[in-house]
Amino acid sequence: MKIKAISRVEEDYTRECKADLLKVHRNLDPALRPLHRAKEYKRALNAVKLDKTFAKPFLGALEGHNDGITSLAKSPTHLSVVLSGAADGEIRLWDMTSRRSLRILYGHAGAVRGLSVTYDGRRCISCGDDGTIRLWPMPRAALSEMFSSGGSVIPRQHAKLVCDTKTGGALRDVDCHWGKETFATAGAAVEIWSEGRTEPAAQFSWGVDTVLSVRFNPVEPDVFASCGSDRSIALYDVRTQTPIRKLVMQTKSTKLSWNPMEAFNFTVANEDTNLYSFDMRKLTVATCIHKDFVSAVLDVDYSPTGREFVAGSYDRTVRIFDYNGGHSRDVYHLKRMQRVFCTRFSMDGTYVISGSDDMNVRVWKAKAGSQLGTLLPREKRAKQYRNALQERFKHMPEIKKIARHQHVPKAIHQAQKMRRTMEGAVRKKKANRVEHGAANAAVEEYMPARKERIVAEVE
Amino acid sequence: MVSREKKLKRELNKRAKKFMKGDTVNTKNIKDKKTKAHVRYANVLADNAATDAALHEKWLLPSTPGAIEVEGDERTWRIKQDEIMKAVDINAARKAFDLSLPTLGPYSVDFTPNGRDLLIGGRKGHVAMIRWSDYKLVTEVQLKETVRDVKFLHNGQFFACAQRKYAYIYDNRGLEVHCLKDHTEVNRLEFLNHHFLLCTVGDQGVLRYQDTTHGKIIAQHRTKLGPCDAMRQNPTNAIIHLGHSNGTVTLWSPNMGHSLVKMLCHRGPVRSLAVDMTGRYMATCGADSQVKTWDVRMYKEVHSYYSAVPAVHVDISQRGMLGVGYGGRVQIWDQALSGPKAQAPYLNHQFRRGEIVRDFAFCPYDDAIGVGHSGGFSNLIVPGAGEPNYDSMIANPFETRNQRREQEVAQLMDKLPPEMIQLDPDGIGVVRAVPKEVQKERREKALEAEMAARRDKREANLEKTRMKGKNKTSKRYRKKQANVVDDKKLRARMLAEETKQKAAKARGEGGRATGGGAEGGGAMPAQTAGAASSAPVAPKDVSAALRRFYK
Repeated sequence: MKIKAISRVEEDYTRECKADLLKVHRNLDPALRPLHRAKEYKRALNAVKLDKTFAKPFLGALEGHNDGITSLAKSPTHLSVVLSGAADGEIRLWDMTSRRSLRILYGHAGAVRGLSVTYDGRRCISCGDDGTIRLWPMPRAALSEMFSSGGSVIPRQHAKLVCDTKTGGALRDVDCHWGKETFATAGAAVEIWSEGRTEPAAQFSWGVDTVLSVRFNPVEPDVFASCGSDRSIALYDVRTQTPIRKLVMQTKSTKLSWNPMEAFNFTVANEDTNLYSFDMRKLTVATCIHKDFVSAVLDVDYSPTGREFVAGSYDRTVRIFDYNGGHSRDVYHLKRMQRVFCTRFSMDGTYVISGSDDMNVRVWKAKAGSQLGTLLPREKRAKQYRNALQERFKHMPEIKKIARHQHVPKAIHQAQKMRRTMEGAVRKKKANRVEHGAANAAVEEYMPARKERIVAEVE
Repeated sequence: MVSREKKLKRELNKRAKKFMKGDTVNTKNIKDKKTKAHVRYANVLADNAATDAALHEKWLLPSTPGAIEVEGDERTWRIKQDEIMKAVDINAARKAFDLSLPTLGPYSVDFTPNGRDLLIGGRKGHVAMIRWSDYKLVTEVQLKETVRDVKFLHNGQFFACAQRKYAYIYDNRGLEVHCLKDHTEVNRLEFLNHHFLLCTVGDQGVLRYQDTTHGKIIAQHRTKLGPCDAMRQNPTNAIIHLGHSNGTVTLWSPNMGHSLVKMLCHRGPVRSLAVDMTGRYMATCGADSQVKTWDVRMYKEVHSYYSAVPAVHVDISQRGMLGVGYGGRVQIWDQALSGPKAQAPYLNHQFRRGEIVRDFAFCPYDDAIGVGHSGGFSNLIVPGAGEPNYDSMIANPFETRNQRREQEVAQLMDKLPPEMIQLDPDGIGVVRAVPKEVQKERREKALEAEMAARRDKREANLEKTRMKGKNKTSKRYRKKQANVVDDKKLRARMLAEETKQKAAKARGEGGRATGGGAEGGGAMPAQTAGAASSAPVAPKDVSAALRRFYK
């Protein structure tokens, strides 16, 4: 006869002294975990609630400008460097980690409309309402050196190089080439400049209207696109002397941004409150319409991951969209934040910067509920688990309702309501027309929304 | 010849089955490519997780379950407790002990979910909580009132007592924390660990659920089956099983005012019942001297055992051993729930003369059973009863104070709402197909609507074919004119016919190459009327009426 019974000596199962780690034993038998699915559902619910509870996205404002912020630029080589241009012609160079301005760049007489940092991060180019393009060397000094004057007085720097445009008139935007020392400006026409010259290397124009924005493609660096006040979106190639293709929409597009990971896709911010994503190979139909704003969208910028982008609007909100999401993932607003003229995603994809009319540059988290700082491995795993659960149960009504909820100011809420009513009325009218119209009325009335706002494509 | 690798793989797959949560989804019929890829990926993840768990089970579990091995004529049920004590190591042998409390019994017994603490409640009002891992008395109170049942709440910090009139909650110092005046004349207590619900049932036959986190009564169900003295929860879905004096067992959830299931189990009162850890089997004992095991998924009897004296209590251990208590005897049956019917008990223990068993409970994560009887409390060793490997994250017999606190917070965070209690625990977050009845109803409704629409239309049309106005002079004249045959009309008709024939003929000649039979055939009579000699010979099967057109 042999008998064996469970015999646990406590010393084997507990730690010897308090400095030791607690011993953990696992038994993965599902029978020990009854009601597992219900528990996971509850955990998902808790996770989504906690996400909303800890959604404190605002990190701080960069104060110092004396007029509304009109342009922002980030450095492709330095994470912490941000430039902002104001309506009084002042440009400030900010250090994001300390949230202090390191330099003030003086020179522009009117509002600074375009700011861009060259691909190597060594120079910055600005242009503005005074019709001049200025080229600034970026300071390469260490932080301590910059604060050598006690930190109270910010060193000022004056323009190193000035070129006047050939076409004359105000300049609206500037963007640097991703691999060469050339840049493009938008004004009365699109002009390509080389850094060493005072004359544009090339000039592109479709008509007489002003060009509002210009952006180089990050992957195919000779291709670039522009938005014009003639409601057009145009594609160009630096190597040819003529524009490639143009698309005319019903309303004006203000800004444009390329998806850095799928560089044939770009998104435009439109004045009809929507953003439109396009595939440059097929401009006859938008790949996605991003709705939610209630006023003109003024700027858009992609995250370096290419999975999301940030847009700012005249309705005083900043919204973050998934690259293929029809509605915004999150909305940021503050009582004191005014019209948002420019927004940027930081180069690590974790922060969002917005510049608004109230003279402040604001820094936000890209994910409102995320925790800043390094996470312990355990925290990281817990976070992954929570995310996985949320993903798994995201279609459940209780969870979806919480996850989708976005608090917006009353004015915007009302405007949204009104827009919904108006859209409903239009829809109803269409339905009525189809019902009482000729046999092919449906074909005429029901144009896909992704095509509806496109007027023409010009080669 | 199967290679070693294949064998290992096969064994692993077999083990992994246990860890699969649901079946793998067949991706064959998914049309959408993205969804298909997602589902496929999810399948792979689930498969990997199950394999990992199987590997973990195979290699990393520290202990194996207890067992008794007998040789030759030896029988396990003949082995006495003192023999077992001698055979096992000293640490395990310590677990067998008796508490002689002859004047205060009979006792009811309960363990905490991690098996660390033991609670005994004597009928005469003696309640004691014992740290059973180190045999230390934590608290002891004399309530001076009948104690019918005792039950731990979510951990060893609080316990509930069913007393003469009301149920009470005490803390681990033995201080009364709450008097639950809504729960009157309670016989049995049960605590739903994951929902923080204290359930009571008693002489009134009313099942009450009270939330112990905020203290509200969640539900009260009148069973309408008289006094009830048998209650147990199904640990897999938190459904309460009640045994009644008319021999039925009813299943309850707080969300339904009536029982979910009603099973006739015994020809006489149900004395006690128990549900096993997998939630598949239930054991009941009744006054008809039967101990029966049931498949709770099909509500069918599996086995029926006969006991000479009606059993008073049954319990099922973590590893599926069935304990049956009657008179002064406790029997343990191994593999009696399912499979072939067991022929002999696994273990047998006879208490001293005059000691009547009232209640017993298997200790979780240990090979022991605590028996409360009229002579006090006895702890017996049952090799192979408990799960040898505990999970620190679920129930830790050696938990420290901080761990207990953290666990409590985690439990509260994961507390399930009572609305989630349902028969199918995996039904949460699942899209259910529309039931057939509803489908039928919808279909009928749609059909009815269509019929109604048609009827309306027909009625509207009928209204249009009314006779009013038909008898106008002009209408009557016009109607008459339609049938009058006059020369003008006749000529016009003939002319039309002629042109038609000509056209047909022309077409027939033009399209002969393609063999336009029907059109040509139609032109035939006119041709033959003009030149009879050129008419073709009549085929055999042509009718008499047409024969005149042929030769």
